Amino acid sequence: MREDNISGSLDWTTIGLYAAMVFLGWLNIYAVGYDENVGHSIFTLSLNSGRQLMFIAASVVIIFGIVILDMRFYDAFAYIIYGVILLALLAIPFIGKEVGGNKAWIGIGSFGGQPSELAKFATALAVAKYIGSVGFRMDNLRNQAVLFAIIGAPMMLILLQRDAGTAMVFSCFMVVFFREGMSPFLMIVGFCAAAIFILTLLVPNQWYLHGAIAIALVMLIAFGKKKVKRMVLLTLGAILVMGVIESVDYVITDVLKPHQQNRIKALINPDADPLGYGWNVTQSKIAIGSGGISGKGFLQGTQTKFDFVPEQSTDFIFCTIGEEEGWLGSVAIIALFTTLLLRIIYLAERQKNRFARVYAYGVGSIFFFHFAVNIGMTIGLFPVIGIPLPFFSYGGSSLWGFTILLFILLKIDAHRGQLLQRV
Amino acid sequence: MNEGRKELFQLIIVVTGIIFLVKLFFIQIIDTRYAQLADSNAILRQPEYPVRGLITDRNGKLIVYNTPEYKLEVLLKDVKNFDSVKFCKVFAMSPEDLRKRFKEMKARKEFSPYKPTLFLDQLSTIDFARIQDYLDEFPGFYVLARTTRAYTSPALANALGYVSEISKRQLEDDKTRIYKQGDYIGQSGIEAFYEEQLRGTRGTRFKLRNVKGIIQGSVENGKYDTLSIPGQDLVTGIDLNLQLYGEFLMRGKAGSIVALEPATGEIMALVSGPSYDPNLLTGREYSSNFRLISSDSNKPLFNRPLMAQYRPGSIFKIAQAMTALQEGVITPDTRIRCDRTIIMCHGAHSNEDLRGAIANSCNPYFHSVLRRMLNKGKVNDPYQDTRIGLEEWNHHIMSFGFGKPLGIDLPNEKSGLIPSPTYYDGAYRGKPWKFSNIYSLAIGEGENLVVPIQMANFAATVANKGYYYTPHLVKAIGDDKKPLDQYLEKHYTTIDSAYFRIAADAMQEVVEAGTGQYRARLADVVVCGKTGTVENNPPLFDHSVFIAFAPRENPRIAISVYVEDAGQGGRAAASIASLMIEKYLFGQTKRPWIEQYVLIGNFEDVKN
Repeated sequence: MREDNISGSLDWTTIGLYAAMVFLGWLNIYAVGYDENVGHSIFTLSLNSGRQLMFIAASVVIIFGIVILDMRFYDAFAYIIYGVILLALLAIPFIGKEVGGNKAWIGIGSFGGQPSELAKFATALAVAKYIGSVGFRMDNLRNQAVLFAIIGAPMMLILLQRDAGTAMVFSCFMVVFFREGMSPFLMIVGFCAAAIFILTLLVPNQWYLHGAIAIALVMLIAFGKKKVKRMVLLTLGAILVMGVIESVDYVITDVLKPHQQNRIKALINPDADPLGYGWNVTQSKIAIGSGGISGKGFLQGTQTKFDFVPEQSTDFIFCTIGEEEGWLGSVAIIALFTTLLLRIIYLAERQKNRFARVYAYGVGSIFFFHFAVNIGMTIGLFPVIGIPLPFFSYGGSSLWGFTILLFILLKIDAHRGQLLQRV
Repeated sequence: MNEGRKELFQLIIVVTGIIFLVKLFFIQIIDTRYAQLADSNAILRQPEYPVRGLITDRNGKLIVYNTPEYKLEVLLKDVKNFDSVKFCKVFAMSPEDLRKRFKEMKARKEFSPYKPTLFLDQLSTIDFARIQDYLDEFPGFYVLARTTRAYTSPALANALGYVSEISKRQLEDDKTRIYKQGDYIGQSGIEAFYEEQLRGTRGTRFKLRNVKGIIQGSVENGKYDTLSIPGQDLVTGIDLNLQLYGEFLMRGKAGSIVALEPATGEIMALVSGPSYDPNLLTGREYSSNFRLISSDSNKPLFNRPLMAQYRPGSIFKIAQAMTALQEGVITPDTRIRCDRTIIMCHGAHSNEDLRGAIANSCNPYFHSVLRRMLNKGKVNDPYQDTRIGLEEWNHHIMSFGFGKPLGIDLPNEKSGLIPSPTYYDGAYRGKPWKFSNIYSLAIGEGENLVVPIQMANFAATVANKGYYYTPHLVKAIGDDKKPLDQYLEKHYTTIDSAYFRIAADAMQEVVEAGTGQYRARLADVVVCGKTGTVENNPPLFDHSVFIAFAPRENPRIAISVYVEDAGQGGRAAASIASLMIEKYLFGQTKRPWIEQYVLIGNFEDVKN
């Protein structure tokens, strides 16, 4: 009887946001491939926009599948789904094909799929299942270790495919752990390390930083309580920070791969080599920056049409919006994402059981990570990390991956009362 | 324990959105640099060169026209996947040449990978046809069409001047900011003087191109494109047949011929010998030929009709006579004995009146005439008296257009020299001077210097009986059909018209019975002329000079001929002048013996 009423209990606000974003994404993919000399329609299958329409159609089928399945399936099969995806990731080095420097594709007939896109929802389910299981305690070290193993396994496998961007997405589960009671210490340490890392890159001579830390240490010791323990801790902390600074140079030159080094260098100073490693960021900012207030108009963006920004239909799709729809268009898109993210948090917080809430936070943090990093990189606030903008970027795997993530949440949310009964 | 974490997440989401919007606000609205960069990415400004104005002769015959030429420019930042082997094959150049060219280009101070830079210049239509199909394979390379000058005949080189790419110096001096590097500009002659009228206005086409530099079409259907406006055509007063004939007669000689239409001041022929073929200074061989021509010891680039300053010799006696008549120191009937003790003379005559003195070019007569003019006895001091006299004399002589640039429509016109008291003060460094120091002026020797075009203008002034229009080459500019304003203004001399009639009478006598009778006389027309033989340093022969106009009534042509090192004025110069007059008035010459005499050029063989 409840099953009959499923459409009524789905969150139609989220569905509306989803539909709007997918539709706008489709239009922008058409704009990127648009060639007025040829004048193909948006439905032409030889264009990305035509293929994206097929992906959208397939998404609708997937959505029906998700909604029709019994919601208990996701809970019950969480580990199995996770295991299958891990196996697929494991298999990639042997049967995968290389696309754009990353070996992340599995060929299925004439279509390629990226298991790493599906790993996101699978990991979210597994994390939710584990945290939601009886007897789980966030302050239990063993439980924590298992959690990190759950997100670490797909991360490592994806890193093996040299797809650092997607691998980094999994670090966003830290947000979920934090929400579920993990001490903020780890997050603060991580944030500080990242800040020091960036600061080291920005300051040309690390001795300035060392000097600043030494002065800060002296001040803290001079004006604070004169306790030995505190002084020792502060000194140790300062030495640790200095060590991080020294290691940054080592990490940059010896650990990171040349293309990764260049992406960071491009963020610091894209003008140093605008035709080389700074090309993407420079061209991306030019495209967006030339949009002005209201943009050049749909299909009128010169940078968009004439391929000045690489990978513009996938990772740099936001350039099209910035150039053709201007600042107002960008405001609209950012408003859509912000609304969706806030809505997901709202949905998460109204869940009655832990599994559902953790899954919802997983979905939210994954979307937020993609949104922040993707748009951040196109406007030069973040290094170039090749991850798609959800629902806008061209590509079947990513669209399906995000669709599955979102609609499992909606399905679970639709049955939140039922869950209460069961538990 | 987890209180407030939900709000923290919401805050982070909203703050992230706001940071993005602020950053976007800065790059999209505040910073206009990105819009310009986008334009320079996608929009290529292609200049459309205007067609330079055509130049025709007085009968509508084409003298200078345009011929297509192509140049190859490169925008280095757009060059991608450059296949040098194929490039060398298509452009028929060796790999060494290609490397050298790239090196040279990058070495230039103004070079930038973001600006189109000249790569290959002056490609012919044939070259262009060959490379056209391959251009798409070399992104970053663009062909620009423009035109270069071509000439229908080898005539008039010095008057026409030449056109070449604007030099760095000129570009820096250009205050109008009209020119860009690589533009053509008139460098001398008419091309330089009428540059403003001839050049036209450059147009610009805005083309869209993709990341590979391949043109995708025009910007907004050419809404911002400007079309080039062709330069104005010029009609000159040159009679091309007469000009060619003049150059033919001057072959192998140094000197000049200037023929004017007295009624308008239009220059009908302007011959400078030796000259060069203007076609040599156009197209791809310009630089090598220019070096050759400019280093030639015969100075073919020296435009004698307006740049050579000669002593005028006896033709100056006409001006002296009219000045003396105006000053009232002689009458037409004044007879003066041919006293050859102070100054030499020639021919058999003893006590001529003015007409006879001119016809026989009597030197002692004009020595006396000048003395009467300079020493009028207005004051007792002979030095001061000469000073006053010279001042008055100078005033009259200058009014004929001597001693200053006439202001013709060619650059680099020289002024000549008509001495003034101030001049002699300088020359004598403050020491006193009087008539006996400067009497050579009487017969057009001494310090006098005139330019051939001034001589022809003087002949035209006599023909007009007292006035002249400043000589000019261009009689009609563009659709106005008018010359420049300054060429429509009559310049009167300080001499009464009546005295010009006396001068004309005397000049008629020169041709009919005097020094010019053997070669200057024409059967069917009254020619007025005057010979001049200008002293030269032995062993070089004297310079041969002749001025004339014809017919006596309603004159249609006034002419000056100056042949260097050719002896007496009655020979080379008079022959050439009369042939030119005959050619212009009748369209052909009927005196092959005179023509032969001129062409053989042995003017000193016959003693006369």
